[in-house]
Amino acid sequence: MTVLKTDEAAEKAGAPDAAVSAGSGKPRRFEFLYFALRNKKLLLGLSVVVLFVLFAVFGPLFVQHPMLNYYIPFRPPSSSFWFGTNYFGQDVFSEFVSGLRESLLVGLLGGCGATVIGMTLGFVSGYKGGLIDEALNVLCNIFLTMPVLVLLILVAGFLHHTSGLIEGILIACTTWTWSMRAIRAQTFSLVSRDFVGLARLSGEKSRQIIMREIAPNMSSYLLLVFILSFGGAILTAASLDYLGLGPTNGMSLGIMMQQASDWNSLQLHLWWWFVPPGAAITCIVGGLYLANVGLDEVFNPKLREL
Amino acid sequence: MRRYLVRKLIIYILTFFVAATIDWILPRLVSGNPISILLSKMSLQPGTYNATYKLYMNAFGFNRPWWKQYLTFWTALFHGNLGISIYQFPKPVTSVIADYVLFTLALLIPAILLAYFAGNRVGAMAARRKLLDNSVLPVSYLLTATAYPWLALLLAFLFAAGGIGHFFPISGGFSYGLLPSWNWTFIWSLVTHWFLPFLTLFLVAFGGWAIGMRNLIIYELESDYTHYLEALGAPTRLVRRYAYRNAVLPQLTGLALSLGMVVGGAVVTEVTFAYPGLGYLVFQAVGNNDYFLLQGIFLFIIAGVLIANFVIDIVYVIVDPRTRVGISGA
Amino acid sequence: MGLTVDHLQVCYRTLRGDVKAVDDVTFSIEDREIMGLAGESGCGKSTLGNSLVRMDVRMRQLGGHVELDGKELPISDSRAMRDFRFKEISIVPQYAMSALNPTRRVGRMVAELLKARGFDYKSALPELERRVKLVGLDADILKRYPIELSGGMKQRVVMVISTLLNPSLLIADEITSALDVSTQRAVGEMLLEFRDRNFVKTTMVITHDLSILAQVADTILVMYAGKLAEKAKADVVINNPLHPYTQLLISSLPDVGIRHDEHTLVGIPGRPPPLLNPPVGCRFRDRCPFAFDRCTDEPPFVEVKPGHSVACWLHADGALPSGGV
Ligand SMILES: Nc1ncnc2c1ncn2[C@@H]1O[C@H](COP(=O)(O)OP(=O)(O)O)[C@@H](O)[C@H]1O
Ligand code: SF4
Ligand SMILES: [Mg+2]
Repeated sequence: MTVLKTDEAAEKAGAPDAAVSAGSGKPRRFEFLYFALRNKKLLLGLSVVVLFVLFAVFGPLFVQHPMLNYYIPFRPPSSSFWFGTNYFGQDVFSEFVSGLRESLLVGLLGGCGATVIGMTLGFVSGYKGGLIDEALNVLCNIFLTMPVLVLLILVAGFLHHTSGLIEGILIACTTWTWSMRAIRAQTFSLVSRDFVGLARLSGEKSRQIIMREIAPNMSSYLLLVFILSFGGAILTAASLDYLGLGPTNGMSLGIMMQQASDWNSLQLHLWWWFVPPGAAITCIVGGLYLANVGLDEVFNPKLREL
Repeated sequence: MRRYLVRKLIIYILTFFVAATIDWILPRLVSGNPISILLSKMSLQPGTYNATYKLYMNAFGFNRPWWKQYLTFWTALFHGNLGISIYQFPKPVTSVIADYVLFTLALLIPAILLAYFAGNRVGAMAARRKLLDNSVLPVSYLLTATAYPWLALLLAFLFAAGGIGHFFPISGGFSYGLLPSWNWTFIWSLVTHWFLPFLTLFLVAFGGWAIGMRNLIIYELESDYTHYLEALGAPTRLVRRYAYRNAVLPQLTGLALSLGMVVGGAVVTEVTFAYPGLGYLVFQAVGNNDYFLLQGIFLFIIAGVLIANFVIDIVYVIVDPRTRVGISGA
Repeated sequence: MGLTVDHLQVCYRTLRGDVKAVDDVTFSIEDREIMGLAGESGCGKSTLGNSLVRMDVRMRQLGGHVELDGKELPISDSRAMRDFRFKEISIVPQYAMSALNPTRRVGRMVAELLKARGFDYKSALPELERRVKLVGLDADILKRYPIELSGGMKQRVVMVISTLLNPSLLIADEITSALDVSTQRAVGEMLLEFRDRNFVKTTMVITHDLSILAQVADTILVMYAGKLAEKAKADVVINNPLHPYTQLLISSLPDVGIRHDEHTLVGIPGRPPPLLNPPVGCRFRDRCPFAFDRCTDEPPFVEVKPGHSVACWLHADGALPSGGV
């Protein structure tokens, strides 16, 4: 998650973007599409992610061997078992399809949750300033310094039963700090601009000002934050699942790796059991990060390649 | 400067306080009494069970009012008493931790520092240099996008389990046949067991630093002071040196922020390689429902991360002159 | 000798096309001359100034050439330009307030810069300190970090650094814009002083604020939308401008010598045309009260009186025979 910019860098990189969006309304939307369609990083990253999402949605249609059926174990990938079979003789492909669905859902939940929490606190903190900001900032710093995974292990260790939903919520509740930092810094720099001051003077309610004046100017920024949170949540979930602290009943890419590791896939050279789930995670998260860089360039003219 | 450090210190103390409180509340929130779990492992006679149960409930203080328990908890904490481990009964949690902590430090400190320095160097070199950038950047992105468990499994498979060769042992902190002693055989055994877990942690972090540094350098190279230097005919060497120096500052902040992340990665990696560090221990504690050990390790790790954070803050103050001139009253 | 700029064309390359910020600009500055370059903000003044020192990666020279003291300046070859910078041609950039490395003490930065350029800081130090004092600062600011200095102090420090090697040409970009009135005057005095002490041979003072030029400039060049509008002796431009744009600029100044903000200049109704795909014909046509049918063609920049050149059809017929500038 070091990919997320630090306060300072975020403020630096974010500011020109905000300046552009503050100035012009309609032509900008058009311009966005214009540059978006020409940005190779964005297109490549996005297509990888979309490909996996489509695969997660339509994958079950291609599953020929239900996950709970048992066949001959240790079978390498072949035309009938695309990803081979595992230690127990289950079809790895069908595990992969269910695992991908679960991992994407948990990642989406965790990423959305973290963005929403971070956005709310970041807005309020940056907009209100003063004591409220101070308090929220301390809270943020507390969670920022805490080792998230260890905290999650602690929590999950005390819960006897976990589901994807709980996992997603837990991830959201512990990883919102990154988005809050970024959004707080961005809100600060926007609040100091004239148009917000005007809105304030004209006696608008805080919430209205935030919704009408600040949020639209930050929508691009929010998108970037969400993408990074999404990727981060997928990675965190994978580690949790791998430690056996994920959904108690169910399958996910992390659980596949856990089982592969527990049942000696390394020693037995059943690489087809643990390579696909991890590779999928790398592709999806890498695609998200790449799309993020591309979007950043689209929104932020200074970063565009020449 | 003093203000800056004091402020940080307050936040760290608060963090520890919150963490300790979470640590204390959690087991009391969930069903499943740690004492009964402890006793179920001791396979006692039914008659003695109840008596022992009471004894332990008393000893651990679970039958006192909650605020008394909380106070006792803090008093014990200040005395460095983290309770008794269930999984390695009746060893105190602190001494169990002591057995494992060195391995974790040996893994984390080199991995964090080397990844930081190497990532920064490589990232700085890649910035604004087409060829290098086009190779370093994609690799770095793939590395940061990789889940720790997968990289660990992959490296273990390729280099330890015979995917490519059996160059390294696949698990443990040193060979079973050896007794800890300071001879070359043992040290070599330590090093070979250490290498793959280290490499896992190193690689993932390396990618992040390289990307971060590259972006920061590009930002610095676009800044006004760089343009002025160039306008005065400064050679590229000087320009890049200044850019690097300034870009290191936000990276240092990032280093402090990344610690929690790396510790998480260490847990996963140690588990994969059965490397006897705190991460592995935490995993064992969860598996064995050893709540006291779990709580103890959590607090211990938090304390470690906070101390490391503070050390980085001090380094930051030393490296960034602006935090120092603050006191001389500009 | 001095500076000669001949049909210079510089653009910014953007994904949407070239922004021609300096379009066919020709002028010269004599030794010991202080030339003012004026015009609304966005008309290409900084681009012109910067292009003579250091081209941004986005900038391209499309044509023309530049000579300094009889030597051709390879302005689009950044590497070759390095030798000229600081020694022959120097700039006080528009962003002078943020031009100093925030993490280096001022003196240390100068030392490292001088060393990198093959000079010895020790032997330059007495002169550096003398000049720092000359601009009214204490010599120990060299031991300070930029954040410890006020805006005006930074501005003056940058002026001293930029002129330390006695360059032939100094480009001073908006050096008064961020300052209050009294500091502005002082900085203006400094420009004159630097010239009189031969710290610099020729000076180009870029500003959107004509009042400062009235104080320091010998000649004034007015730009509009990337093109030259008018050039003449300072008092002529201020008292008897010929170009309608200059006239509007001058008349929007209530009293020369008093500080004017950017918006007094923008007081002319309308906006300058976009430089990406500018309209054909006279670029001032949309806003010009005297525009007539001929203005759909581009007016040439010609000398209409000795030492007085204008690009306007109203005056084109009085052009002197040979178009020397
Ligand atoms: N990096 C850039 N990319 C594209 N256009 C630019 C860039 N920098 C400046 N411009 C354009 O070039 C024109 C001239 O800018 P500038 O030389 O800074 O004007 P001035 O100094 O007279 O205020 C402006 O219209 C501006 O929009
Ligand atoms: S050429 Fe025509 S439009 Fe242009 S300034 Fe002269 S009169 Fe006005
Ligand atoms: Mg300018």
